[in-house]
Amino acid sequence: MSEWLKNTPKRKHNWGKIALGVYCTLVLTFLMLPLLVVFPISFSSARYLQFPPPGFSLQWYENYLNTPSWISATITSLQVGVGTTLLATTLGTMVAFSLVRGTYPGKAWVDRLVAAPIVVPNIIIAVAIYGLFAELKLIGSWYGVMAGHTVYAIPFVVLVVSAALRNFDVSQEHAAMGLGASRLRAIWTVTLPQIKPAIISGAFLAFITSFDELIIALFLSGSNMTLPKKMFENIISEIDPTISAVSVLQIIMVGIVLLLSQRLGAGVSPIKS
Amino acid sequence: MSAHISLIDRLRRNRVIREHGGSVALSLPTVIFLLILFAVPVVQLMLLSFQSGTFEHYEKAFTDELYVTVLLNTFEIALLVTVISFFLAYPLAYFLIVAQPLWRNIGMFCLLMPFWTSILVRTYAWMAILGRRGIINEALLSLGIIDAPLSLLYNTSSVLIGMVHVLMPYMVFPLYAVMRRVDPNLMQAAYGLGAPNWRAFLRVYFPMTMPGVLAGASLVFILSMGFFITPVLLGGGRVTMIAVLIEQFVTELLDWEFAGALSMALLTFTLVVYSIFKRLMKSERNLA
Repeated sequence: MSEWLKNTPKRKHNWGKIALGVYCTLVLTFLMLPLLVVFPISFSSARYLQFPPPGFSLQWYENYLNTPSWISATITSLQVGVGTTLLATTLGTMVAFSLVRGTYPGKAWVDRLVAAPIVVPNIIIAVAIYGLFAELKLIGSWYGVMAGHTVYAIPFVVLVVSAALRNFDVSQEHAAMGLGASRLRAIWTVTLPQIKPAIISGAFLAFITSFDELIIALFLSGSNMTLPKKMFENIISEIDPTISAVSVLQIIMVGIVLLLSQRLGAGVSPIKS
Repeated sequence: MSAHISLIDRLRRNRVIREHGGSVALSLPTVIFLLILFAVPVVQLMLLSFQSGTFEHYEKAFTDELYVTVLLNTFEIALLVTVISFFLAYPLAYFLIVAQPLWRNIGMFCLLMPFWTSILVRTYAWMAILGRRGIINEALLSLGIIDAPLSLLYNTSSVLIGMVHVLMPYMVFPLYAVMRRVDPNLMQAAYGLGAPNWRAFLRVYFPMTMPGVLAGASLVFILSMGFFITPVLLGGGRVTMIAVLIEQFVTELLDWEFAGALSMALLTFTLVVYSIFKRLMKSERNLA
């Protein structure tokens, strides 16, 4: 038996491949399962969570659209998300320029400070800012949540933009300056247009980060709930299928954002070669 | 001539100073923003734990059985999530490398789609799958395999399922990036020299993907340590991790000093894991 196997390594290899294929199909099914479950539940005609759904209905979508607290949470989230995007993209792009181009004492510390919000657990950031904002009476304001989300979103923008800046050929900028453009004008008309895709990707990343973020919003948003906080409270108090309709809308929304960033920017794929 | 050179020198120095000044000015708004809203508040939170002038809060956290259990629980769950994620992610990353384009695209879609979906949406879905009236129980009941619904939710297993689902992709990405750089000829050479499949894999392929394993494992471990949403929702108050404890001490018990001590413990542990990983990566690179 073992002789036969040794003489047919090709065949043995195939078995390995089949096993790998089956195993990975199971892993991928595990990954997709929650998404596949949410869609049918959102169209269910049952009054409570029931699977498989007894019939088709749009009642949970109607319920979402007709409940003021869901709508106001959505508006707050969009407001916070857009604000975070503008602030984090501006601050992140500026500091990315400084980190890639500049050489000055203390640069390593600036680098560490900018990257730190990724390493420090969210719960610690949330509690720390909560302490500060409670003193300043900023709890419950949308711009307070925006400030918190910006802290968390800046590193993502810096990561994407500084990678593009490192690949950019500085001699083009120098050529523009040699032809008489000021430094600012050279950056504005030569450098920025070329790294624009990366900046746009960074902006979309900042938006998704903010739109999905729960822990900071849980502490800072008070009664002025963001969509994730409203969903969290809803899950804790009662499992109402309205949340499945919201979930589907959110999946579609993030899908659109990713598609747009693919079209307009350099994409936001987490896989780098 | 020498005057000419010194003029150029002076001009260059001026330009250097201007450029430095520009770079510093560009970083200032972000640095000030992060200092005020991030660094100072975090340090203040840590300092609160020493406000009494003693180490009493740390003594309490590391000797009181209740808190020691939570700390060990957090560590155990983080370790389990990391190990399980590895066994799911490693074959999947390899599959994405060797599969035909069609299957690779399907695999990527199934990996990225959930990755970008809100954690809350996914957690809710797991509750719908594992709950008392959830999909698994309804299916088993209607098939007559069980008579009464099983309690699949609100225990360590359900927390593990939810956390692995969220964190596993973070293991796949660095593995995939590393595997793409492995030269397939090396494996062929190993086969050619008579090594059996498993041996060629263990002695040749696996060591070359080690940087990806380290990067993925430390990332998953660090993220697991500070996890909050999944333990709260899928653990239903029965599975307490350190982040959940911090939240309770701040919002329910208003004991900021003890919350500060717990935060300090969590942050220190996170940074220790992070620096071990950095050191390992450095020695890996030196070997290569």
